[in-house]
Amino acid sequence: MRPLLTSVKAATVAAALLLAPAVASAQEHEVIHLPDTKFSFEGPFGTFDRASAQRGFQVYKEVCSNCHSMRQLSYRHLAGIGLSAAQIAAIASQFQVQDGPNDNGEMFERPARASDRFRRPFANDAAARAANNGALPPDLSVMVKAREGGADYIHALLTGYEDPPPGVTVAEGMNYNKYFPGHQIAMAAPLNTEGQVEYVDGTKGTIDQMATDVVTFLSWAAEPELEQRRAMGVRMVIFLTILGGLAYAVKRKIWADLH
Amino acid sequence: MPEGLHESDVKNPVLRWVDQRLPVISMVQREYGTFPTPRNFNYFWNFGALAMISLAIMIATGVVLSMQYAANTGLAFDSVERIMRDVNYGWLLRYIHANGASMFFIVVYIHIWRNLFYGSYKTPRELLFMIGVVIFILMMATAFMGYVLPWGQMSFWGATVITNLFSAIPVVGNSIVTWLWGGFSVDNPTLNRFFSLHFLLPFVITGVVFLHITALHITGSNNPLGIEPKGPQDTIPFHPYYTSKDSIGIVVYLLVFALLVFFAPNMLGHPDNYIPANPLVTPAHIVPEWYFLPFYAILRAVPNKLGGVAMMGGALVVLFFLPWLDSSPVRSMRFRPIGKIAFLLFTANFFVLMWAGGKPAEQPYILIAQIATTYYFAYFLVILPLLAKFERPLTLPESISRAVLKHRGGGPLPAGATAKPMEKA
Ligand code: HEC
Ligand code: HEM
Repeated sequence: MRPLLTSVKAATVAAALLLAPAVASAQEHEVIHLPDTKFSFEGPFGTFDRASAQRGFQVYKEVCSNCHSMRQLSYRHLAGIGLSAAQIAAIASQFQVQDGPNDNGEMFERPARASDRFRRPFANDAAARAANNGALPPDLSVMVKAREGGADYIHALLTGYEDPPPGVTVAEGMNYNKYFPGHQIAMAAPLNTEGQVEYVDGTKGTIDQMATDVVTFLSWAAEPELEQRRAMGVRMVIFLTILGGLAYAVKRKIWADLH
Repeated sequence: MPEGLHESDVKNPVLRWVDQRLPVISMVQREYGTFPTPRNFNYFWNFGALAMISLAIMIATGVVLSMQYAANTGLAFDSVERIMRDVNYGWLLRYIHANGASMFFIVVYIHIWRNLFYGSYKTPRELLFMIGVVIFILMMATAFMGYVLPWGQMSFWGATVITNLFSAIPVVGNSIVTWLWGGFSVDNPTLNRFFSLHFLLPFVITGVVFLHITALHITGSNNPLGIEPKGPQDTIPFHPYYTSKDSIGIVVYLLVFALLVFFAPNMLGHPDNYIPANPLVTPAHIVPEWYFLPFYAILRAVPNKLGGVAMMGGALVVLFFLPWLDSSPVRSMRFRPIGKIAFLLFTANFFVLMWAGGKPAEQPYILIAQIATTYYFAYFLVILPLLAKFERPLTLPESISRAVLKHRGGGPLPAGATAKPMEKA
C-alpha cells in the first residue's frame, strides 16, 4: 500500500481542482531519495537503543527545546527510555513552570515535577514566530509519524544542510537543505559543530551521531508503545497460526463425511 | 402447556421456559443451526460473516474510544494522543479501530465482488442486494466522519473538500453546505455533529444488517454454481459445516488484521493526519482514504463539479438497478463466457480507478480515469443488458449435488449430512 499512498500524496489540492480539474496546473514533483539510516528500532523485531535515546533526549534538551515544544510528553514518560524516578525528578526540577493561582489569586513559578508536561520554549505560537523570523517551529511529539519517510527523513533533514547549488538563491533568513521539500527551510542547521553536545556517557558527538540519537529519541516519543506492540504482535501471530491449524483440522474432520 | 406459548424443543427447563415466551433459541437454532445451506460454497462465502465481525469490532472499540475522546477542536487531537500514550492499551484500541475500518472495507469489497461474479443480485435476491448497497453507503458515511474525529490536517481538509461537494447543487448548494457545517467553515459545530453521527450510524448499520440477514433467510444463499438447491441432497445444515468453514476464514482475517495493527499500524494512514488541523495551512495534497479512491477518481474525471458529483453518486446508485440491468437468467459468471471476461475487466478497471484516484489531477491520469469511468458505467448500462440478449451461456449442471459429487467420484450421500428441505418461513 505504501507506493499507492506515496502516489496518493501526489494528488491534488482537491477543493480548487474539483472546480476545474482540467485546467489544474501540474505541480512539479521532484522525487527526493532519502539515505537509509540504520536505526536500532527498524524491522519487525527492532527495539529502541536506550543509551542512544537517552543521548537523544540530551540533544533535544540542550538544542532543539530552545525552539521546539513536545507538548504530548510529560517528564514521567521518560521512564520509557530507561531513566529512573530519581533521574526524572532531577531533570524535571531543572525547569521552572507556572502554577497557580495560589491563595492570594496569583500565579507563581515552581520547579517542574515528573507529572508536568515538557516545558514549552514559547508561551504561544505568536511568540515562537516572533523569535524565529516569522517561521513556526512545529511541535516534535509525533513528528516522526507526521512526515513521509519518518525517521530516515528527519535524520536526512538534520544532516542535509549544504551550500546551495550554483544558480539557486536562498531567500533572506532561509537555509538550503538537500532533503527539505522545496529545499528552503527557515530552521538554520541546528546540529552544526562536532561536540556541540557533550555527551555524559563519553560518546563522541559527531553531527551524524547527534542526529541519529535525537531521531531515536523522537521516534520513541512518537511511538512509545512500539516495543510492547511488536512483542504482543509476535505472540498474536503465533497464537493465530496455531488456532488456524486447529480450525483447519476441525473443518477437515467435520467435512470428511461429505467428501 | 399454558395456551399462547411457542412450541419449543429445548431440553433445559429454564431455557425452555424462556424459549416458550421469547423463541430466540429456536430462532438461532433455525437460522444458524439447521439452516439448509448449499453444499458447494467456496471461501468467498466467508466474507459475509467477516463483515459482521468487522462491524462488531468497530462498535466495541469505538464505544471504548468514545469514553476518552473529546469532540472539541481545541482538544480532539490531544485527546487521541492521550489515548495513545496514557490510556491502558489505548494505542491498541485506536490502532484496531483505525485499521479496522480498512479491514471492514477490504472485506466488504470482496463480499460485493463475490455478489457480482456469482450473480447473487438476481431474482429472488434483488432486495437483499439493494439492502447491501445501503449498508455500503452508510459505511462510507461513517468512515468519512470517523476520519474527521482525530482532527489532523487530513481530517480537516478532507471534511472541507467533501462537504464542499454539496455546493455543486444548483441554487441551494451553498445554503446546504452552511447547514451541514453549522457555520461558515468546518469548525467546532461540524466536529460535534460528525462525532454524534459517527457514533449513531454504526447502530443504524446494525439495524440494516438485520434486515439484510432476514431477507437472506427468506431466499437462502446463492452459491458458486448460481443454481437453486433442488432438494435435501443439495444442502447441508449451516452448523457444523459452515460454522467450521467460517472459522478458518475468521482466523485468516484476524491474522491479516494483527499484522497491520501490530507491525504496520500507520501504513494505510496519511502522515499529515499527525499534524494538528490548521485552517490556515492547506496540505500540498488532499487525498481521501484508500477505500474512497475509485469514487474519487470518477469525481475528478468529469471536468465539471456538478457533473463529477452526479457521476460519483451515480456510480453507487447504478448498483440499485443492477438486478434489472442484468436480465440474463444465468447467475454465475462461470457459465457466461463473455460476461466473465467483461466482469474480470471490470475488476481490473476498478483497480485502475483506485490507482488514478491517488494520482494528481493532471494528464495522463485524467484521461485514464475518464476511460476507466466510461468502462465502469458501460459495464452496467451497456454490456450487461446486451449480453443478456446475445450471450450464449454454457449448459448449467443439473443440480448442485450432481456437480459437486461428479468431482469426487459420486457415491451415496451419508445419512445426517443432508438438511431438511428449505423451509420457506
Ligand atoms: C533556532 C530555533 C530552532 C532550533 C534550535 C531547532 N529548530 Fe527545528 N525548526 C525551527 C523552525 C523555525 C522550523 C520551521 C522550518 C520551516 O517551516 O521552514 C523548524 C522545523 C523543524 C522540523 C520540521 C521540518 C519539516 O519537514 O517541516 C524538524 C523535524 C525539526 N525542526 C527538528 C529539529 C531538531 C531535531 C532540532 C534539534 C536538533 C531542531 N529542530 C532545532 C527552528 C529550530
Ligand atoms: C461502521 C463502523 C465504523 C467505522 C467504519 C469507523 C471508522 C472510523 C475511522 C476511519 C476513524 C478514524 C481513525 C483514525 O484515523 O484515528 C474513527 C475514529 C473514531 N471512531 Fe469510529 N468507526 C466505526 C464505528 C464507531 C463506533 C460505533 C464508535 C462509538 C460508539 C466510534 C467511535 C470513534 C471515535 C471516538 C473515534 C476517534 C478516535 C480516533 O480517531 O481514533 N466508531 N472511526
